[in-house]
Amino acid sequence: MEVTTAHYLVLSTLLLFIGTVGILTRRNIIVILMSVELILNAVNINLIAFSSALQQIHGQVFSIFVITDAAAEAAVGLGILIALFRNKETIHADEIDLLRW
Amino acid sequence: MPRDYIPILIFVVVAAAFPIVTLLVAKLIRPSAPGKTKLEAYECGIAPETDTRGRYSIRFYLVAILFVIFDVETIFLLPWAIQFDALGLFGLIEMLVFLAILIVGYVWLFRQRALKWA
Amino acid sequence: MDAILFSAADFHVLKPVILLCLFGCGILITDAFLIRNRADRWKNAIPALAAQVAVAASLVQHLGDVRSGGAFSGLNGSMQVDGFAVFFNWLFVLAASLAIVISARYMGAEGEHRGEFYALLLFAQAGMSVMAAGYDLVVLFIGLETMALSFYVLVGFLRDTRRSNEAALKYLILGAFSSGLLAYGFSILYGISGSTNLGEIAKAVAARSEGDLALFLALITCSVGLLFKIAAAPFHMWAPDVYEGAPTPVTAYVSVASKAASFALMLRIFLTAFESAAEAWMPLLGAIALVTMTIGNFAAVTQTNVKRMLAYSSIAHAGYILLGLVAGNETGLRGVAVYLLAYVFMNYGAFALVAALRREGEAAEDIDDFNGLYHRAPGYTILLAIFMLSLTGIPPLAGFYGKYFIFLAILREGYYLVAVFAAIYVAVSAFYYFRLIRACWLLEEGEQQKPAQLDMNFGTRAALVACALLTLLIGIYPQPFIDLAGESVLAALR
Repeated sequence: MEVTTAHYLVLSTLLLFIGTVGILTRRNIIVILMSVELILNAVNINLIAFSSALQQIHGQVFSIFVITDAAAEAAVGLGILIALFRNKETIHADEIDLLRW
Repeated sequence: MPRDYIPILIFVVVAAAFPIVTLLVAKLIRPSAPGKTKLEAYECGIAPETDTRGRYSIRFYLVAILFVIFDVETIFLLPWAIQFDALGLFGLIEMLVFLAILIVGYVWLFRQRALKWA
Repeated sequence: MDAILFSAADFHVLKPVILLCLFGCGILITDAFLIRNRADRWKNAIPALAAQVAVAASLVQHLGDVRSGGAFSGLNGSMQVDGFAVFFNWLFVLAASLAIVISARYMGAEGEHRGEFYALLLFAQAGMSVMAAGYDLVVLFIGLETMALSFYVLVGFLRDTRRSNEAALKYLILGAFSSGLLAYGFSILYGISGSTNLGEIAKAVAARSEGDLALFLALITCSVGLLFKIAAAPFHMWAPDVYEGAPTPVTAYVSVASKAASFALMLRIFLTAFESAAEAWMPLLGAIALVTMTIGNFAAVTQTNVKRMLAYSSIAHAGYILLGLVAGNETGLRGVAVYLLAYVFMNYGAFALVAALRREGEAAEDIDDFNGLYHRAPGYTILLAIFMLSLTGIPPLAGFYGKYFIFLAILREGYYLVAVFAAIYVAVSAFYYFRLIRACWLLEEGEQQKPAQLDMNFGTRAALVACALLTLLIGIYPQPFIDLAGESVLAALR
């Protein structure tokens, strides 16, 4: 069976949904941050698939920037989480309750 | 096309076979004398006292964050390295600018004592 | 391959961004090496303001070039300097300058006055500048993320305050989620068109048939991502928490500048890339604008915290501004620009006063904390009243003209019912804005309550007076501002 662009699109859409559901339902903030990474990786799969289908380099360049963004987001997220943890000793979204969700 | 990959296949097979063969050969020719003391830690750390699932010091996370940032930035060096000849002097200068910005961040981190363990 | 990869023209296009990044990095270094005393930290504001002057100078150049020779682009067409970009860049310069001058005292009172704060303000502004001038998906995405990442840190800048931590975390999670969705939409747009240039994408989208599944998916994901950024309902949940938890100068900066930048991005994408699909998104955005105004206005009525109240009011304002985009005609777009311009001054004025109420060891953010303010500081209370009346949209104040053009635009397009609802909500908003004014005059007899006190310094005073004067000036003599806004936004997008 030939793997076509459509297959990659299905995969990336699935990843997008898994990530979205993860963000909306999971309670551990580390897992939520991982779900965000899943969404960004779905974007990367899309970009690379299109890039190879179109025989172009643009998509791959875009994906490099998406990877960088994912890393920066993870770093800032962990940094904020550490600051919160120092004040509150929890990483569970349920217990982050000072402001209403 | 697939023929071009045969060297890689051979390489993979050799790489996978090497540890298996050496371990098997060693097992066959070495003397076997098991003992309790042999299983204890010897000059490689202290015997573990608590569960491994305990909390890590928060400093590990800080180091991990800094690592991720500076690690990922290197992917920008890769396209430049591939196109090094085509980009020429311009590419070199541009990369130096990029690295200079990174170094500003590094210097700032250093002054903030973010790299100190204690 | 071209021999010249980065020409003088490219440098000219990028100059504001380069300046902001240079000054930002410079502040990090000078703060680390030169400034040793806590008391000297405010000196970091000087290079930050110098950066604004430098950026303003290069914007004057840009404006002159655009006026004489039309829009010009750089970096292989991925950045475009036109009236639109210059106008939004002016907004960012104003917002950042005001944020810088009101920060010094506030951050000192919070005990978290550090040099990175100013550097991050500038980095966020650099991102916004790229968002306004970008004409390429990759560039727009980088700009958006530069802004967003700086804001996550700024919101959580009060490290020892749990509220600030939680607000930052919430902002980060929802912001990263929306950026992810937006990037997904971008990736599909790239797949549809084979290019990341907005002009090319617009052609490819126009060639697609109606009801195309990929186009629909791109439209939905881009819309949701952008609606998150402008805090439109039902994607507004982050705004009140972030506005409440963030340091007040940052709240003002987020509510004004980040909103303007997100609207710039939205206008660019919807009026170029998605222009041919307007029939698909106009009713959708219209419905969202109505829901946003409803939720924003009614939720604001019930708030007791002033920052939360202003957060819901800013959600409601986003609804009005969206209506200008939905109307889609010249008047509507002019209304969007005028609205955003007026919003800078009136909102900053309001937040500057909230910031002035914050004194060391005392977080005064409730409406009750404004009680009796008139008896202590009559002058500033009058200013507060001006800002509140302008936010309501009472003539002759700046806020009126934004609403005026947007109402005119939706009436011209024949959306009478929408206009009726929008007008009713103006009355609702008058209720909660007036409540704050009323509190200032309130001082119950016999009660041993201390009347509200303001802690001012030169920067806060200057910012307040400037905001009030401009709110009045735009209200009384609006023509040049309307012309400027109209010229810039219309020239670029038509």
